[in-house]
Parts: sequence; structure tokens; C-alpha cells
Amino acid sequence: MSIASSTHRIARFALYGVLALFCLYYLMPLYVMVVNSLKPLSEITSGGMIALPKEWTVAPWRNAWSEAQVGVEATGMRPYFINSFLMVIPAVAIATILGALNGYVLTKWTFKGSTILFGFLLFGCFIPFQIVLIPMARALGMMGLAGTVPGLIFVHVVYGISFSTLYFRNYYAAFPTELVRAAQIDGAGFFTIFFRILLPNSGPIAVVCVIWLFTNIWNDFLFGASFSDFNSQPMTVALNNLVQSSTGVQEYNVHFAGAIIAALPTLLVYIVAGRFFVRGLMSGSVKG
Amino acid sequence: MAQVPEGGSALKFSKSKGDWLRDALPKLVLSPSVAISMIFVYGFILFTIYLAFSDSRILPSYGWAGLQNFQNLFTLRAWNIATINLAIFAILYIGICCALGLLLAILLDQKIRAEGFIRNIYLYPMALSFIVTGVAWKWILDPGIGLEAVVQGWGFENFEFNWIKDRDMAIYTIVIAAVWQTSGFVMAMFLAGLRGIDQEILRAAEVDGASTFALYRRIVIPQLRLAFMSAFVVLAHMAIKSYDLVIALTNGGPGIATTMPATFMYSYTFTRNQMGVGSASAVMMLMTIAAITVPYLWSELRGSKQ
Amino acid sequence: MIFTKTARLLTTAAFACAAMPALAQEVEVLHWWTSGSEAAALNILKEDLARQGISWQDMPVAGGAGEAATTTLKARVSAGNPPVAAQVLGMGVTEWATEGSLGDISVIATEEGWDAVVPEAVKRFATDDGKWVAVPVNIHRPNWLWINREIFEEHDLTPPTTWEEFNTVAQTLKDAGVTPLAHGGQPWQDATIFDDVVLGLGGPEFYRAAIHELDPEALGSDTMKAVFDEMRVIRGFVDDNFSGRDWNLATAMVVNGDAAMQLMGDWAKGELLEAGVTPGEQVLCVPAPGTEGSYLFITDFFAFFDVSEENQSGQQAMASALMSPKFQEEFNLIKGSIPARADVPSANFDSCGQQAITDIAEANAKGTLIGSLAHGHAQTPAVQLAIFDLVTEHFNSDMSSEDAVEELLHAVEAAQL
Repeated sequence: MSIASSTHRIARFALYGVLALFCLYYLMPLYVMVVNSLKPLSEITSGGMIALPKEWTVAPWRNAWSEAQVGVEATGMRPYFINSFLMVIPAVAIATILGALNGYVLTKWTFKGSTILFGFLLFGCFIPFQIVLIPMARALGMMGLAGTVPGLIFVHVVYGISFSTLYFRNYYAAFPTELVRAAQIDGAGFFTIFFRILLPNSGPIAVVCVIWLFTNIWNDFLFGASFSDFNSQPMTVALNNLVQSSTGVQEYNVHFAGAIIAALPTLLVYIVAGRFFVRGLMSGSVKG
Repeated sequence: MAQVPEGGSALKFSKSKGDWLRDALPKLVLSPSVAISMIFVYGFILFTIYLAFSDSRILPSYGWAGLQNFQNLFTLRAWNIATINLAIFAILYIGICCALGLLLAILLDQKIRAEGFIRNIYLYPMALSFIVTGVAWKWILDPGIGLEAVVQGWGFENFEFNWIKDRDMAIYTIVIAAVWQTSGFVMAMFLAGLRGIDQEILRAAEVDGASTFALYRRIVIPQLRLAFMSAFVVLAHMAIKSYDLVIALTNGGPGIATTMPATFMYSYTFTRNQMGVGSASAVMMLMTIAAITVPYLWSELRGSKQ
Repeated sequence: MIFTKTARLLTTAAFACAAMPALAQEVEVLHWWTSGSEAAALNILKEDLARQGISWQDMPVAGGAGEAATTTLKARVSAGNPPVAAQVLGMGVTEWATEGSLGDISVIATEEGWDAVVPEAVKRFATDDGKWVAVPVNIHRPNWLWINREIFEEHDLTPPTTWEEFNTVAQTLKDAGVTPLAHGGQPWQDATIFDDVVLGLGGPEFYRAAIHELDPEALGSDTMKAVFDEMRVIRGFVDDNFSGRDWNLATAMVVNGDAAMQLMGDWAKGELLEAGVTPGEQVLCVPAPGTEGSYLFITDFFAFFDVSEENQSGQQAMASALMSPKFQEEFNLIKGSIPARADVPSANFDSCGQQAITDIAEANAKGTLIGSLAHGHAQTPAVQLAIFDLVTEHFNSDMSSEDAVEELLHAVEAAQL
């Protein structure tokens, strides 16, 4: 065996070693959550956060899903799932479509000041949500949307557009303008070009945008807690109610199970679409 | 990045009603988003600025208080601590995320066998909010039951990791958890950037005898400029907004050592019913955001035009 | 003809039936009681109301002793869409009343004679300008000292009744290698100890002057300096790992024998019961050192917002149900607190609860029933949390007592602006 190939081997070995080490770092919190969600409470309080359960149990999961106390009634988190989906899906769809149209205009139909307008829209990414809480509550009240699902959708669309515009604008910037011009000469109009040429080629960035928005909106607590009603509270509020208790007994195993349940949709989205995610980022949005 | 054409609708036809519509249509399509931003971003910012000069307490009120709220703000030690913390946090967080993201992306780009699997492991924390992972992190960082106890249990009696209980070090534990959440995402961005680089150039440089290090430094990394920009936007906004994380990990403690501007602002506006002071702190935050992002976006956007 | 008559009768009956649910009220209630025992306690109310045909619309937002719910409440009020009733702590009621957001339930209060049965100190929060705007559902006592009996017997100790005795007892335990005090280093927990020390060293008059009236002389006095001295001594009696710990984990330390004592409110009973321990038996409850004869209190109120007319009868019914002696007893048996009405028999409560009921009657008579700072019954949140900041900063650092007193004066002044 040549020296070169053996150093190469050592290097490969080290490479995998480093990658594996980082896997541990990233997996650690998830491990803690999963392991402790499968233990009886007594094992947790007697110490032993890292240890595998001595007695395996799925009771905490069942409990978090359908029996735990998240309000006056012991409903578990089940009923809140639907509330979250009712809010997240329309919000993501609307914000993505608007972002795509904005990106299209900002790259293929630029006009004087359009770059500045892009910067203007982009600043919305940075606004801390706590700042807008009270004025937004007023605005929703005036629009008659206070405490409703459409109100929540509206809020999430408003603060989602900045990101979706950023993603699509960067993606379409790399899209060959010649194709657009050629279509234009052929007499295709604004929307025809968008729907026939750009949109069919937007798969990868749409995945990125949807993942981003879905995760952010699904995980939002502040808006969910403030702008919802008794029958529209989303998942995060339920999880918060499960985990937080002021003067009650804390069932950590149920908390962890509930946390994983609440995170399952976003985790699934990442795992299923993870492959397309990097591909989507690759195909233009961050390419040099 | 591809060139943004000057006036995308460059082809002008003779003026007619249809042409007017053709010209106006893109602007019409953009206008709802602009209008929304105008009201719900900039309008609310103006409202916040107004509140910062008002005597608002539990709810907005419109009595004029002049600079009183700002004077109060600057005498508060918690605000002082919060600004220093944000500086430490933002620099370390953005720096480490970029460095680690780049490192992992380069390592993963070496034709790794289980790349997809490893990538998902690096990426998944982005899917979770700190409402979900907060308790787990708190436990891991707690010397009594977490990492310190476990490693000591393995026989390394001298191992110490009690930063979260230490006033001077607690802010760094927040960096650790924050890096955990986003570095994988940054990695994905850089990986995408790396995959987009023309392999021909790399091969040519290799033939010229450039070392791997030089190759990355001279050719690869400069080409990742747009990836850096996206990463910066994502990271900067997360740093400034970091709220859930601090609440979940330390709730601002020990003492008030890990107060951050976002937690400060929330506490004064909503918990302490000092909305005027809270709004003043919000204005300071917005000014910081503007001071950092506006020049950066300006140069990037101008750069992309040339 | 008979047929028509029957039909008409049937129609009337059907109409009457249909009209019933139309009369039926709905009450939307914002609260933060989501953990098992708390929610179970609240469920009693829900069922009470259901029997009267009033349906309960649950709006729970937990977190940070009502902090999250307070934010939600602000958003709801700003949107012009307040809930029918919301759980609010003492000073919160006062602030919402000042803001003009609350309704008026005096009619039912007068009818049922609440004035006679609610302790004066509690009533002050529930009324605004003579009008009843909120209903007290319980009284918690935050100034308890919980003691692991076995440890105390092992070391031949008696429960301390002054802070000096506390220091001696704790030092003995520390020398024997036992953690004397289980404590969680969170601002409200630090403030709970601070409450006990101010009251224990200074007495009720001093507590009122310093904490309620913010009298600069009291705040800057030597007594206040002694309070911070004692806080520093107490800091030496907690383990190294106290920072950030949840209160219930500290309670578990006392239950498991990892620590000898804890200064905590009576909600710790829930943890004890969960661990199979009888309060007053394996774990003793005594008033915090030096506070015997005084009674700090916390009360959860349901504040009634100014809502449309059709919701007001629901409010009245809910208020009446909340104040019924039967509900107050059942609720507080589960919750671990004692009734806000003085006329509920104490027979069914555990020994700690019975002691509390006796103590509060005595304190009420003597005028030493005092709202607690640590739990929002003494100051506006602005001042309260400014004091928290300082207390927790002092407890976690090596700040001297002189500096702490000076900073206290400064912080209190700044927060009042």
C-alpha cells in the first residue's frame, strides 16, 4: 500500500470522525427528548437524564396526544393540530404565491426604483414581532378579524412576504431573461410568461420557501397566543400550556412527548423535503 | 448572479391603451405587497416611534413625554447589559454559524457516502422551536443533571461545564444553543453554493498546482458571496429577534445577566406595563437593525446591478 | 281541529325548546391554569355553569405566572375583543380598572352580600371606586417554610421561628453536610425569600411602609440593610446549582431528603401529594421565620371585562358561581389554597390548610393580612419587577448591602416615573 493512499485513508477516517462528532452535537437534544419521553416520571425525577429507560413506556405519548390537560378539559393536543393546519396551509400558499409574483416583477419587469422597492420589502424580515403586537391587534380589530383564523393567516402572510420575495427574487435573478424576452416578442403577456415559463421552473425554490414559511408559521407562539380565539388556538399554544405550569406538578415525560408531537409536522417536512431543500437552494437562490 | 436587466420590459411598442396596461401591470402586481409593508411594517414602526415619546403604560396612550422614556432607558442597567449581550451574541452567533456552516459544507462536499442522512441530522434543528427544545437544552446545560454530571459519571471528575449558572458565561450557552439551531441551515446554504461552482475552474486551478487551502481561499469562498448574503440576512434577523431561546434557556438569568434587547423590550412593554420605555427600546433596536442592514443591503443590491 | 291544536302546542313546545339555547349564555374565559390539578379545579366551575346552561369557552394561555396570558389579554383588549372574564393577579385588576376596561358586577355582589365575607385586604383589589369589578377565588400563602421532618429529627432540630434561629439551624445542617435550603434561582423565587425576610425582620408595619408605600426612609433604613445582609447569609445556605431551577424541583429536593427546607408558597402541597407525602406529616409546614402572626397573601381574581350586554348575564352567573361557598371549598381543596370567603368551614382541609384558615382570620382581625410583593399584590408590575431585578442581582452577585439599598431606592424611583 502506498503512503499516499494510506494518508488518504487516514484523512477519510478523520473526515468521517469529525462529521460523526457533529452528528452527536446536533442529535443530543433530540436524544434527551426521546429518551425521557419513554420513561415513567419517577425515573426522571430520581435523576438520570441521559440513561436509557429501565422501564419503557409509551404512556406519556398517549397522554400528551389525547389525555393531557392543556386547558380545562383533558383533551390532549389532538384538537389543536387541525387549528394549526387551518392556519398554516393557506398562509404558506398565499405568501408563496405573492412572493413568486413579486420576485418575477422585481427581476423580469424591473422599473425605475424597483431595486429600492425590493430593499424596502426586505426590511420586513427584520422587524421584531413583539413590536407589532399591539398595533396589529388594533388593526385586526378594525378589520373585524380579531380572534379568527383568517386574521392569523393575514398576519402570517404580512410578515411572510418579505422572505418569500427574497427567495424568489434571488432565484428568478438567475433565470435566463432571454427566455422571457423571446416569449414577449411572441406576444405572451405578463401572466402567460409567469404561469407558462417561470412557475413550472420554480419547483426547487418553492420547496425552500414553503419549508421556511411552514416552519416559521407552525412554530410561532406570539401571534398564535395573541390573535387567536378560544376555538382557533394553534398547536404551539397547546404545547406551551402543556409544558408551562405555574403552580402545578410538572410531568416532564409528557412534556417531552408533547414537544415531539408538536414538532412532528415540521420535522417530517424537513426530512421528506430535505433533499429538495439543498437542491432548491443550489438552483439559484444562493449561487454565486 | 445573473444580470438584472435594466428595464425588463425593454421592448417598447407603439403607445396604446394595452401598452399602458402592460407597463402598469407589474407595478399593480407588486403594489399589494408594497402597500402591506407600508402599513404593517413601516406604519407600525412609526407608531412605535410615537409611543416611545408618549406616556403609555399598560396600553397605548397619547400624552407627550418627550425624551423621558429614552432617559429612563439609558439609566437602566438591564438595558446596558442587554445591548452588550446582543453585541457578544450577534458577533459570536453569526461568526460561528458562518464558520461552522462553511466547514461542514466543505467537509460534506468531499463525496461523503451517507451525505443525505448526515445533512438531515445537521438540518433538523431548524425545524424545531425553542418551546420544543428549550427544556432539553436546559437539562443538558445544567451541571447537576446534564453534560457535566454525565461526563463526571464516566470518570472524568475534573470536568466542569457550569456556564449556565455563571453570570459571566451564561450568554455563551445561549450562543451554543443558537448555533445548534441554525448552523445546519447555513451549512445547507453554503453546500448549495459550493455545488453551484463551476468544476472546470477548480480543475484548472488544481492543474496549476494550487493547494487545497489556496483553492478554497482564492476561488471557492469568494464565489460564495451570495450565500454569505443570504446567510447574513437569516442570521442577523434571528440574532436580533432571539427571544424564545433566552426565555427557554435562562429566562434572562442568572440575575439579569442574559437579558437581551428582545426580552427587555417584551418585559417592559407587556409585563411591566411601561410601554413607553419598551417602545423606546424597540426604537433603539430598529435603529440598530437599520444601521447594520441598510448599508449592507445597499451595497449588495447596487453590486448586483452592475 | 284537535290536530291543529296539537300542532300548535307542539310548535310552541318546539319554540320553547329552541329558545332555551338562545337564552343560554357563553362565557369565554382567559386563564393560565393548565396543569392537572389547577385545570381540574377550574373544571368544577365549568360544570357548575354548564348546569345553569352556560357554556364555557376555554382560552388557556399558560406561562410565567400569567405573563403570557397578560400579553394575550392586552392584544385582545386592543383589538376591542376582550374575553368575558380573565384570570388576573391583584395589581393587575387595579391596573385594568384604572384603564377603564372592566365592567361592573356590583348588583350580584350586593345581592349576595360579598362585602361581609371577603377580607378587607382582598376586597381592595376586587373593587374599584366602590364597584365590584372582579371576583377572588382563592388565597394562597407564599410565606411558608417547608421542612423535611426526618432530617430535622436526625439532627435534633426544631423549626426556626426567627431568622436568627434559621441561621443557626441552617449552619448546623451545613456543617453536617446537608444542603440547608432548597431554592430555585429565578427572580420570583428570590423575591419570595425577600418577602419573607422583609416581613420577618421588619414586621408588618415595616413591610407596609417599605414595600407598599415605598417610603424612602424605610427603603433606605438599616432594617433594609439587615434584610440584604440576611439575603447574603441565605445565599450561603443554598447549593451551587440553584440558578434557574424550577420551584418544583426544589420541592422535590426537600421530599427526597437532598435538602432540609424550602421557602415556598402553599402550592408546594401539590408536589408533596404527587410524591405521596402528606403535608404536615413527613414534610412540615410552618410560617416563614419571624412572620408568625402576619399573613402575606396572593389571590387569583377573575376580572370581568366591559362586554356587550348579551354577555353580561353570563358574567353575573359566573361571578355568582365563583363566589358560592360550595365552589370555593371544592376548588381550594384541589388547588391547595384556602377560600377567599371567610365563612367556609375548614374541616375538610389538611392540617396546613386548617392552620392557614386560622392564621388568616387572626391576621385579618389584627390588620396584618398583607399583599405579597413577589406575587403581584403590592406594587405595579413596573415597581415590582424593578425590585425583582435588584433582589435577584444582589442574590446572584457579591453586591454589598449598602450598594443594594442605594440601588433599591434608585430602581424604585426610576420605575415610578
